[in-house]
Amino acid sequence: MSSRSVSRRAAAALAAGALVALLGACEREARRFREVPPTVTGMAVVREVDLQPGNPIPVVTARSPYAENAYAVSQGKQLFQAYNCVGCHANGGGGMGPPLMDSEWIYGSAPENIVQTILGGRPNGMPSFGGKVPATQAWQLAAYVRSLSGLVRKDVAPGRSDHMQVRVQEQSLPEQRPRTSTVPPASERP
Amino acid sequence: MVRGPVRAAARLVHSGRRPLGAGIRLLRGSGATLAAAAGAAALLQAGLHARTARLAAQSPAAAVRATTAAPAGTASPAGPRASASPSRSPGPPPPEPVGEWRRAAGDYANTRFSELDEINASNVGSLVPVWTFSVGVLRGQEAAPLVIGSTMYVTTPYPNILYALDLAKPGGPPKWTYKPEPDAASQGVACCDVVNRGPVFADGKIIFNTLDVQTVAVDAATGREVWRTRLGSIQNGETMTMSPLVVKDRVLVGNSGGEMGVRGWLTALDLKTGRQVWRAYSTGPDQDVLIGPNFKPFYADERGKDLGVRTWPGTAWQRGGGNVWGWISYDPELDLIYYGTANPGPWNPHQRPGDNKWTSTVFARRPETGEAIWAYQFTPHDLHDYDAVNEMVLAEITWKGAPRKVILHPDRNGRLYVLDRATGEVLSAEPFVVVNSSTGVDLRTGRLQVAEDKVPQLNQVTRNICPVAAGGKDWQPSSYSPRTKLLYLPHQNLCMDEEATTANYIAGTPYVGMNVKMTPGPGDHRGEFTAWNPSEAKPAWKVNERFPVWSGALATAGDVVFYGTMEGWFKALDARSGKELWRFKTGSGIIGQPVTYRGPDGKQYVAVMSGVGGWAGSIVAGDLDARDSSAALGFVNAMRDLPQYTAKGGMLYVFALR
Repeated sequence: MSSRSVSRRAAAALAAGALVALLGACEREARRFREVPPTVTGMAVVREVDLQPGNPIPVVTARSPYAENAYAVSQGKQLFQAYNCVGCHANGGGGMGPPLMDSEWIYGSAPENIVQTILGGRPNGMPSFGGKVPATQAWQLAAYVRSLSGLVRKDVAPGRSDHMQVRVQEQSLPEQRPRTSTVPPASERP
Repeated sequence: MVRGPVRAAARLVHSGRRPLGAGIRLLRGSGATLAAAAGAAALLQAGLHARTARLAAQSPAAAVRATTAAPAGTASPAGPRASASPSRSPGPPPPEPVGEWRRAAGDYANTRFSELDEINASNVGSLVPVWTFSVGVLRGQEAAPLVIGSTMYVTTPYPNILYALDLAKPGGPPKWTYKPEPDAASQGVACCDVVNRGPVFADGKIIFNTLDVQTVAVDAATGREVWRTRLGSIQNGETMTMSPLVVKDRVLVGNSGGEMGVRGWLTALDLKTGRQVWRAYSTGPDQDVLIGPNFKPFYADERGKDLGVRTWPGTAWQRGGGNVWGWISYDPELDLIYYGTANPGPWNPHQRPGDNKWTSTVFARRPETGEAIWAYQFTPHDLHDYDAVNEMVLAEITWKGAPRKVILHPDRNGRLYVLDRATGEVLSAEPFVVVNSSTGVDLRTGRLQVAEDKVPQLNQVTRNICPVAAGGKDWQPSSYSPRTKLLYLPHQNLCMDEEATTANYIAGTPYVGMNVKMTPGPGDHRGEFTAWNPSEAKPAWKVNERFPVWSGALATAGDVVFYGTMEGWFKALDARSGKELWRFKTGSGIIGQPVTYRGPDGKQYVAVMSGVGGWAGSIVAGDLDARDSSAALGFVNAMRDLPQYTAKGGMLYVFALR
C-alpha cells in the first residue's frame, strides 16, 4: 500500500469525521422556530417498566427533539426555575420532591416518561402541569432534567450558572445509569 | 399615659372579663404545676366532678377513666361550675390528674414540665427501655405521644395514622387504629417533610390534623370518628402539621404553607361539632385579622388601621404567609391565648417592601372570639425565614427583683424574648446562639436592629449569615422547670449563604425566591442544648451536639431533663448542672417530643418517638442528594454526613426504672 493511498484514506476519514462532527454541531446549535413536538398521549405505549409478558417487544421511545440541542436544554434550565420545579427538587438534590440527579427513577427516565410526569403528575405529590406547561416546554424541561444525571451529551448540557454555586455544573455531573426504582408506598417518598 | 401591666389590668376589669375568685385562679395560673397545691384541692375536685359528669353523658368509658384518675379520698359535691356553659366561663380549665399527658406541650403554659419525680437525678442511670411499638411509617416522627388514663395515643407522619395503645396490657398493644386517609397528593405540598406534631385530648375525644388540611375528632374510647372538618385546600399549597390546642370548647388549629405563598390563619372549631367558630388571618384588613377596638399593642409600630394590608405592596398580603404551624399557649387568668405567626412569603424580601404585618408576630387573643388584644412583631420585614411560631412558654420569673408573669420565647432570629404577658412589652431579647443578622432590639420601640451587611441581595450572594433560615431554634419545643427556673432549649448552631432570586407565584407550588446554603456555625458543632436563665438573660450551661438538636425537651420534678439527638441517642441530663446522667441509642434519629406519664401500675414512664426526618433530617427521610448544596432549601449542605449516623425509622420507645 502506497503512502499516498494511506494519506488519501486518512483525508477521507477525516472529512467524514468532520462531517459527522459538523452535523452533530448543527444539531447542538439548531434553533427550530416552528415545531410540533411529539405528544405523549399520541404514542402507542409509554413504558415505565421493562418487564413484559410473552416475548419482549423492543421498547420504542419517542425521539426527543431536544436531546442534543444545547439551546433547548438551557431553555429547560430557565423553565426549571420559572415553573418553580426548583422549589421542590432544588437544583437536582431534591427537597419536597425527590432528587433528580441520582440514578433512581420512580416513573421512568426516558424523555417521554419525564414529559408524562410533568404533564400528567404522579399520585404521591407531583402536580399535573398539563394545560399550563406547553408540550414544547415540557420536552425542553425533560431534556434539562436528564442533564442533571448526565444523560445528555456533555457539550449540550449547560456549563455555567447565573446563580450561587450549589453544585458542579450540569456539564460536569457524572452519568448515572438509570435504575427503575419501586413506586414507593405512599408516605415514603413523593 | 398608663403603661404596662397597670393598663392591662384596668382593661381587664373594664371589660368585665375578670371572674370572681380570681385570687384562687391566680394560684392555679400555671396549670398542672400548681394543680397539686393543697389549698386549692376542694375547688379542683369540684371542677373534676363537673368534668366527670360531662364525660359520662357521652362515653361511659371516658367517665370511668376520669373517675379512676381522681386522687382517692378527696370527693366533694359538684361546684357551681357544673351548670355553667363552658364557652361562657372564662375561668381556668378543669384540673387534670398529675401523670397524664393530654396535649403535646403537657400543660397550657407550654412548660413541658412534669410533677412526676420517681425518676430523678440519682436513679435515672438505671432507666431501661421496657417496650417499643413500630408505627409503620418511615418519615420524620415529630409527634408527642399522649397518655390519658390507661391509653397512649400517637399519630404518625402522613398518612397520619392514629394508634391507641393499651397501657394496662404488657407491651402496650393497640386497642384500635384510626386511619384518616388523607389525599396522597398532599405530600407534594408539604415544605419540610410530611410530619405531624401530635394530637390533643379534650372532652373524651382525640383531635388531630391531617396533612391535607382537615381536623379530625375521634372518640378516645372507641376510635370512632366523631367529626371531621376540612379547613383549606392543598390546591393552593396549604397543609396542616401542627398539634391543636383545646381551650374551653374551642379547638384551635392553624395552617402551614409559608414556602407556598399560603395566607396564614388560626381557626377555632367547636369542640362538640367541629364547626368553624372564628378564623383569624395573619395578613389582610383588620376585619380579617380580628383586630377591633380592644386591640392595644404596646409599641407604636403595631398601631394603625389595616396594617396587614398597608405594610405590603399591592395585594401581596394575599399570598404573604404568616402561617400558624407552631405552638399555642393559654393563660386562664388573663384569658388569653398566645401564638406566633410564620415567615412572610416569598423569602425574597425585595418582592415585599414594608413591615409585612402580621408575619413573624406574636398575637394575644381571646379564645372565645379570636379578638386580638395585643401583638408584637419580632422580625418586621423578615429577611431570612425567621418565623415566630416557636413556643410561647408562660412562666413566672424574677425580673429586676420582683416576680413577673412573662412569656419566654426563643425566636428563630436567635434571640430569647422575655415579654410581659399582659401587655406584650419586651423585657429582654438576648441571643441564645451566635447571631450576626441583627445587632439587638431597641427596647424603647421594640424594633429589631437589622445588620445591613447581612441583608440578602437580588442575584448576589451574601455570606455567613447567622442564624440560618431554620433559625437559632426551629419548631423543637423547649421545656421550663419552675424548680430550677431554667428554660431548656434544644437548638441548632448553623450559618448560611443566601442569594435572593425572583420568585414566581404559581398557586400550589413553592414561592421562595432564595438560594440557601447552610454550614456549621462557629465551633463546628451543629447543635446545642442550652439551659437559659431568663432572669439574668444568659445561659446557665450548654451541651454541644454534632447535629442540630431537633427533638423537644422535657423537664421533670426529678430535676432531670430529657432530649434526643439526630444520631438516635436519648439522653437525660442533670437539670441543674447539665451533666449527662444516662443515654440510650434508639433505632433512628430522634426528632420527637419526649413525654412522661404515670402508668396504670403507678410507675413513672418516659416515652419518645424515634424516626429521623423533618427539615433537618430530610436528607435521610427523603433520600436527598447531598451533591446539591441547595437541596431541602439549603439544609442538606449542613447535614451531608447524617446518613453515616442514622437511617429512617418510626418507633415508639417507652422507658422506666429497672
